[in-house]
Amino acid sequence: MSDIADRVKKIVVEHLGVEEDKVVESASFIDDLGADSLDTVELVMAFEEEFGIEIPDDAAETIQTVGDAVTFIKGAV
Amino acid sequence: MFDLTGKTALVTGASGGIGGAIASALHAAGATVALSGTREGPLRDLAATLGERAHVVPANLSDAEAAAGLVKDAAAAMGSVDILVNNAGITRDNLFMRMSDEEWAQVLEVNLTSVFRLSRAALRGMMKARWGRIVTITSVVGATGNPGQGNYAAAKAGLVGMSKSLAYEVASRGITVNCVAPGFIATAMTDKLSDDQKGKILGQIPAGRMGAPDEIAAAVLYLASPEAGYVTGATLHVNGGMAMV
Repeated sequence: MSDIADRVKKIVVEHLGVEEDKVVESASFIDDLGADSLDTVELVMAFEEEFGIEIPDDAAETIQTVGDAVTFIKGAV
Repeated sequence: MFDLTGKTALVTGASGGIGGAIASALHAAGATVALSGTREGPLRDLAATLGERAHVVPANLSDAEAAAGLVKDAAAAMGSVDILVNNAGITRDNLFMRMSDEEWAQVLEVNLTSVFRLSRAALRGMMKARWGRIVTITSVVGATGNPGQGNYAAAKAGLVGMSKSLAYEVASRGITVNCVAPGFIATAMTDKLSDDQKGKILGQIPAGRMGAPDEIAAAVLYLASPEAGYVTGATLHVNGGMAMV
């Protein structure tokens, strides 16, 4: 389980170029980690690829924080 | 001058005069090309002429599913799609008052909507690669209008607005989105015109002649090249001075 969280964090750090200690569960991609709307699309694409899942648009919209992503992916894999 | 070695390019409408010239120019610059169109025969002939680094990926772009499938097929054949050239287009000319819903819809579907779908499908790989080129062939009539071509001119003008909007969105990812707007180009289509019709057309062209498909291909080659990385959201008019816009 924590493996998923670690992989999510790694992707976020790589894509957004932020410090690892800022990527906490409650961190909002846009408000806390400086992502723009296109970054969030890219993150979703990266999650889909990393975990071999499909994240539909309406689900993608609900993924606002690192924790949201981890929760969604845990339910999808 | 422009080196596309190692790049991959998908060209739609490659069975036509302009599309064939574009594919040949990109290929000559070192790119691997995927040739798409509805007529497989001419595509195979062109691929055979080009030799290595040429793939045939037929598609009928009036089919909504076909666009995403085409990008997938091209990426499977070449490993990626770094350059997308949206060249495929159809005409269903008619005077505005006589134009049917079907004539309108067919032209908008193939000339505008399929370009949206193809570009959307191709962007995924380009975003990851942090490099991409989308070059869409529009027309002088998108800027000037043309009697009998309300549907065609609407689609071509629509492509310009679409390309500019997309150019904004993806510029920071190393992806450029541009248009090339040909004027009158000598192809099988214009060969059918009478001398009288040709004379009238030539009278409106300061250069005094029709353009050649190679002259459109050269503009596409430039926009597809690494050297054009700072050009985005632009329309390059190649029309012998017929419309200076």
